[in-house]
Amino acid sequence: MSPAAMSPGGYLSENVVHFARALRRAGVPVGPDRVIDALRALALTGVARRDDFYWTLATLFLNRREQFEVFDQAFGLFWRRRELLDQIRPGLQDIAAADDETLPGQRVAEALGLTREAALLKEATPDETGSAASHHEQLRQKDFDTMSSAELAEAKKMIASLRLPIAQIPTRRLRPSAHGRLIDMRATLRASMRGNLDVIPLARRSLRKRHPPLVVLCDISGSMSRYSRMFLHFMHAITNDRDRVHTFVFATRLSNITRYLRHRDVDMALGDVAQAVSDWSGGTRIGATISEFNLRWSRRVLGQNAVVMLITDGLDREGGAQLNDSMERLRKSCRRLIWLNPLLRFDGFEPLATGVRIMLEHVDDFLPAHNIDSLAGLANVLAKPHQAPFRSAA
Amino acid sequence: MPDKPRLHPDSVDDTLKLLSAADYVAGRPLSTALFLALRMGRPLLLEGEAGVGKTEIAKVLAQTLDRRLIRLQCYEGLDIASAVYEWNYSRQMIEIRLAEAAGNESRQALENDIFSQRFLIRRPLLQALEPSDAPPVLLIDELDRSDEPFEAYLLEVLADFQVTIPEIGTIRAERPPIVIITSNRTREIHDAVKRRCLYHWIDYPGSAEELEIVRRKAPRAQQALAQQVVAFVQKLRAMDLFKLPGIAETIDWANAMVELNCQSLDPETVNDTLGALLKYQDDVARVRGDEASRILAEIRKELPLNH
Repeated sequence: MSPAAMSPGGYLSENVVHFARALRRAGVPVGPDRVIDALRALALTGVARRDDFYWTLATLFLNRREQFEVFDQAFGLFWRRRELLDQIRPGLQDIAAADDETLPGQRVAEALGLTREAALLKEATPDETGSAASHHEQLRQKDFDTMSSAELAEAKKMIASLRLPIAQIPTRRLRPSAHGRLIDMRATLRASMRGNLDVIPLARRSLRKRHPPLVVLCDISGSMSRYSRMFLHFMHAITNDRDRVHTFVFATRLSNITRYLRHRDVDMALGDVAQAVSDWSGGTRIGATISEFNLRWSRRVLGQNAVVMLITDGLDREGGAQLNDSMERLRKSCRRLIWLNPLLRFDGFEPLATGVRIMLEHVDDFLPAHNIDSLAGLANVLAKPHQAPFRSAA
Repeated sequence: MPDKPRLHPDSVDDTLKLLSAADYVAGRPLSTALFLALRMGRPLLLEGEAGVGKTEIAKVLAQTLDRRLIRLQCYEGLDIASAVYEWNYSRQMIEIRLAEAAGNESRQALENDIFSQRFLIRRPLLQALEPSDAPPVLLIDELDRSDEPFEAYLLEVLADFQVTIPEIGTIRAERPPIVIITSNRTREIHDAVKRRCLYHWIDYPGSAEELEIVRRKAPRAQQALAQQVVAFVQKLRAMDLFKLPGIAETIDWANAMVELNCQSLDPETVNDTLGALLKYQDDVARVRGDEASRILAEIRKELPLNH
């Protein structure tokens, strides 16, 4: 490879820039600073070996494990033929148009402009509403447009103003405080420099308090479909109310929707969620999804004393031992496990379903959540710092 | 930098050799990332499951490049007083008392005096910035355990290799230390920190690589036993366990087998020693007994033995 290829404006540099752009379109945020760094790095490792080239770009362009999949596919497509490295022409259309031997991931393919068919997949299948726990996952997109405008306005107004005062917990950080228990030596000595040396007034400090992280797991299966819209608004409100909130929805599989709900505009946020989640109104597999949560997410989001809020009616299609084990594990991994159940609105609600009985064994709080009032009413319960665990026998 | 030969490895291959000389078996991906971090003077952020050798790499670097290793173990609430610097309050108090007794020093002079380097207690981050012949290796271990305020503080250190002490001013490293940051991913590290680092995810090793690791780290294990141990662990990693065994566990297990005078794996010993591999009761219960026997039978079929 000639030095000219490495210089800014050389054909390799240009193609690295194109490659970064393709990655960006595939959802990997590669900043211009990283591209410049990558070119510097390539000058160090050289491009004699394909794997060195690959890992150099990976080291510079990625900062999350999840991105490797996309990167790998994009790399394979973009730098497909060895000789292209040497005689590549600027512009990626030529490469992208080259004949295809494998079916690439859809995102990457789209980003590289390989397929226009992806759009077709987004077409909704005919609407078949509501049977609870249907055995076939209904891969369709929930249409939020059907929400009546009156309903929307009400939900927006009331839910957006909701605050969830889960009791704050002391951290190990300190803040200045006139009547704190601890003495702030640094501030004391500084203050002593200002005043009379005979008497040194003690500066004090105390433990800073902070909201614990909050993790919301919300059931969006068929039996919950009448409530899920409301809960999504609720989740959007609390996600934007504070930091360290993680939100998941599940029916037959678990989806992390935190990133979408961070969008300030509730309509945009819910629109993104509708696009991203595929199992709206499907059946419920509570045990399996909670196991999945324990396995994939609990260690990443339940650190630092998280409170878990589980929103479901507890009507599990499978029930059984897995539900018990996974609920037990979940309970042991978090600070407090709160179950919000819309079915609790019925006065005579009795935990008859097996799933419900199993789950009750493992939760700290069991609360109704069927309308805006009950959501607002949560505040009173959750503000109390400590509560005896709920027991079904009580 | 050709004038200082042992400062950095010169190529990816050289990095591989360097690590290998210290019995650290690394793949080409990790070597590339490490080589770039060293040459570009950027911190290297290593993520991966527990027990894949993230911390070890810093120790190996310090050893092979003959640098001092400065380790900062992170925890929630880690603050400047324990990570960067603290004033020696008792000495300051004594100084004030002495000045008072002498009765001649001006207030301003006293203040300048007690907030000078003499009364500064240096913690790991500040130590890493001190001038030295060869910049040290700074290991910031398990950054995910610290909280966001500390991460924010790190930004200044990682970007410019300097810290600011209000009473003294800015202290800047003449030559930046080699910075290795590890994270177990119990939470996501902030993007601002990530942007200042090079990133590498350390995966579990493949069979051949792991066998090589066991050969070097548990040299007393016979070849046949080592093969079985590695094959068993590799099979476990394909299972849906809550916590998969890391390389550290593989080495522990191989050593345990040696201590028990085992020449090859048998169901009974496997069941008795699962605690060295699996650290959750649910996982142990799942594997113990039938599952372990099944895996052993599979291994027997696959390995061209050696009995």
